[in-house]
Amino acid sequence: MRTLQQVKNELKDYQGEKIAIMEVCGTHTSSIFKNGIRSFISPQIQLISGPGCPVCVTSATYIDKIIDYSLQENHCVLTFGDMLKVKGNNLSLTEAKAIGGSVRMLYSPLAALKIAKENKHIQFVFAAVGFETTAPIYALLLEEIIKSKIKNLKLLTAIKTIIPAITYICDNEKSIDAFLCPGHVSVITGSSVYNDLAKKYHKPFVIGGFEGEHILAAVYEIFQQVLSKQYSAKNMYVSVVSEDGNQKANAIIDKYFKHTDDYWRGIGVIKKSALRLKEEYLDFDAGSYFDEYLENSPINCRCKDVILGRINPTDCPLFKRTCTPLSAIGPCMVSTEGVCGIWYKNREVQQ
Amino acid sequence: MKIDISYGSGGKQTSDLINNIFLKHFHNKILNKLEDAAVLSVKGKIAFTTDSFVVSPLFFKGGNIGKISVCGTVNDLLMMGAIPKYLTASFIIEEGTEFETIEEIVHSMQVAAREAKVLIVAGDTKVVEGNGGIFINTSGIGEIIKKGVSIANCHIGDAIILSGNLGEHHAAIMSKRMEIENDIMSDCAPLTAIVKNLINNKINVCCMRDVTRGGLATVLNEIAASSMCGVHINEDALPISLEVRGFCNVLGLDPLYMANEGKMVTVVPQKQADRALEIVQKSKYGKNARIIGKITDGQDVYMTTRMQGKRQIDVLYGEGLPRIC
Repeated sequence: MRTLQQVKNELKDYQGEKIAIMEVCGTHTSSIFKNGIRSFISPQIQLISGPGCPVCVTSATYIDKIIDYSLQENHCVLTFGDMLKVKGNNLSLTEAKAIGGSVRMLYSPLAALKIAKENKHIQFVFAAVGFETTAPIYALLLEEIIKSKIKNLKLLTAIKTIIPAITYICDNEKSIDAFLCPGHVSVITGSSVYNDLAKKYHKPFVIGGFEGEHILAAVYEIFQQVLSKQYSAKNMYVSVVSEDGNQKANAIIDKYFKHTDDYWRGIGVIKKSALRLKEEYLDFDAGSYFDEYLENSPINCRCKDVILGRINPTDCPLFKRTCTPLSAIGPCMVSTEGVCGIWYKNREVQQ
Repeated sequence: MKIDISYGSGGKQTSDLINNIFLKHFHNKILNKLEDAAVLSVKGKIAFTTDSFVVSPLFFKGGNIGKISVCGTVNDLLMMGAIPKYLTASFIIEEGTEFETIEEIVHSMQVAAREAKVLIVAGDTKVVEGNGGIFINTSGIGEIIKKGVSIANCHIGDAIILSGNLGEHHAAIMSKRMEIENDIMSDCAPLTAIVKNLINNKINVCCMRDVTRGGLATVLNEIAASSMCGVHINEDALPISLEVRGFCNVLGLDPLYMANEGKMVTVVPQKQADRALEIVQKSKYGKNARIIGKITDGQDVYMTTRMQGKRQIDVLYGEGLPRIC
């Protein structure tokens, strides 16, 4: 048994080869910064932020489409706050609102039901963006839409699944040595999904919680696996993550959604990485299947390399110069869970 | 009964509204005269400020737009070392607003004004098209009793005192908007007792700042920038209630950036720090006060985290939560 202080000392004193650990959950990234974890571990242990922010990887084509809806007569877009500022190829929803677009911010998807019932003459489009974690809530929303026979509320979905993205990174980015696996997503998927990944790629896949101590424990587990060269999947968040995941949530996801290929902003198409409504529910879909994806990447923006863990945000020529939270150029600067935004607002100090 | 556009006409109905609601609650010798302007006597230098209040929802646990509109302006005056004396209150009321709603708000304003010992001496009412909304502007005058209090007046080594728990107003407003049931109440309050007691007890207050929109992080950055110094705080020292902490964890909020309506930061010389803390803790609305850090050399704001990491604390970017006060 080691004390917290001993663990911290070991991680601080490490001088071996670089260990690159990628976290793929924005809440992990945020907690790493809030606790100042990088500031007290060895610079040889690199915590790298992967594609853990759903807003950042939502395609510009999708955003263009949701903006089009906001500008159509008798239409109104319902969305979470995070989506408001991210730009499509031309505008953001905030900018669309300023030129007359109809956009309402919600805190809960289920609030959309009440709004739709009270405003029958308006066609509402819900921007259903997220990972596995929010998919069950969108499924519940759809179930209520069907049950209450609501005709004026549709979903425009951009729901992605993180495991295919992790696989993509394992196949394409050789510099990542280990994964700090997402706590919330794993509640839904279960811990068993990482067993095959660990075997196939010979890397540690460790699920961690969100308190500073949880993250440190997961990093330490990875550290020990790397030192001993014994790689496996390990669940360090057993209080809420089970082996098989949340069966109820998975059942309702499977009832309404199917797995299809999807386009990740800055990355490209990743196989079977989207959850889209099944054919029988397309009456409730506002056109989430796209034939092609158009993306005018801003000049010099390196969000793609940031999302794939190739560079830190500070290595991007735009970071803090022309790209700031108040005038974000790349999508990673926009969201509260975006890597660049988190780096901008939370600078750590090496001790 | 609901307000319609005729109540803003300036005629009989406007006068009914003034008599039946505003004068009924606010009445005092100066206001009762109903002249075009109030005639006031003041001693020495004054502080003068104005603020507009657009909070939605109008009512929330621990207060309403009326209480905030008095406390907000009163606290701004106090932060300059001034004792608030007189307020004006202007109302922009949307048609469709219930009379009872207006009366409840006006009553809260009077209760807060009495507690803060200020008189509401002038006002105005307009009615506009809309759907039951109310916006209030208050301006205020206070008599300076401690000169030189300024955010540009902090020195290396000074101690930073926070008067109580963070994030409660923000969490109360969000809870109401999200229809989440909990016991979190807005901290909306006039900070008169804390300021008077500090000054009357000869604490050489360098700077006072109420911690409103933008949260503690933004206030500390303003102090660092204006005083051309650094700020260092300890996460362990920050007073945050368990309920607000839980609320923040669930919603991914950071108490450092959350709005408050009855909290202030006081910067005092190090040698008076313990005495000043004791005074704040013994004053009304100050019992959870803590020394949270100190002024340092350098620039920017840094925090030693609970896990003994060190990170920089930046200002709030973006709107945070719209229409919170």
